[in-house]
Amino acid sequence: MGVVIFFLLSLLSVGSVLAMIFIKNQAYNALLLVLAFVSLGGLFGLLDAPFVAAVQILIYAGAIMVLFLFVIMMINLKHGLAAEKKKHAFIIGIVLAAFLLLELFLAWKRAFSSIERPTKEALGGPAGLGRLLFTDYLYAFEITSILIIAALVGSIVLGKKKGRE
Amino acid sequence: MIPPSYFIVLSLILFVLGIVVFFVKRDLITMFMAVEVMLNAANLTFIALAKASANLSGQVIVFFVITVAAAEAAVGLAIIMLVFRQRNSVLVEEMRSMKG
Repeated sequence: MGVVIFFLLSLLSVGSVLAMIFIKNQAYNALLLVLAFVSLGGLFGLLDAPFVAAVQILIYAGAIMVLFLFVIMMINLKHGLAAEKKKHAFIIGIVLAAFLLLELFLAWKRAFSSIERPTKEALGGPAGLGRLLFTDYLYAFEITSILIIAALVGSIVLGKKKGRE
Repeated sequence: MIPPSYFIVLSLILFVLGIVVFFVKRDLITMFMAVEVMLNAANLTFIALAKASANLSGQVIVFFVITVAAAEAAVGLAIIMLVFRQRNSVLVEEMRSMKG
């Protein structure tokens, strides 16, 4: 059962990212990406990480992609994108990506042959994660909140229209 | 029980697809979405290995990656809006000079 769900979700995520290559409309691309993120959230749930799955769906599929859609609507490219001018960039990109895939696959073959024993014990409830977050990773947590404040202020300053004080 | 290597292969494929989208597309917004796909592929590896080694730290890292990605998306989209306001375009070919 788990394997069936895994293959369904992975097919969904890989298929929607593949469709992003061929579809020109940015709004459709954003919606496809929402689909990919939701199916990745399902995969996280399959990996005993329900809290991270919920965060993935709430923050990625919810907040970040809504932000993307807002920006796409504000930019409003009426005429659409022009036809591809440089075909060789496309081909070079594909070839380089194929090489990278080969390399990563070889690295995976060498490195991860030793972890083929899945553990039985369940982990990753919100309680354990929260305890770890507020003890071992407390400094990182606080620094992340400073980072978010900085990003908030930075994006407001960047997005402000000039010369209308 | 699904072996963790399945998840690692899936995240590898998603990462490379993100790179392909990044290289093939020419508008800034879709390229930025490709970066998000790559971040998610890395997250999948973290969670798969957290499960394989029965260690919760991998999930904490993913939590931080998601928060940093949210901050990065806010700032990046603000920059894209700024570029669009100045150049009236989001195509990468139009951005050849460094001076605004």
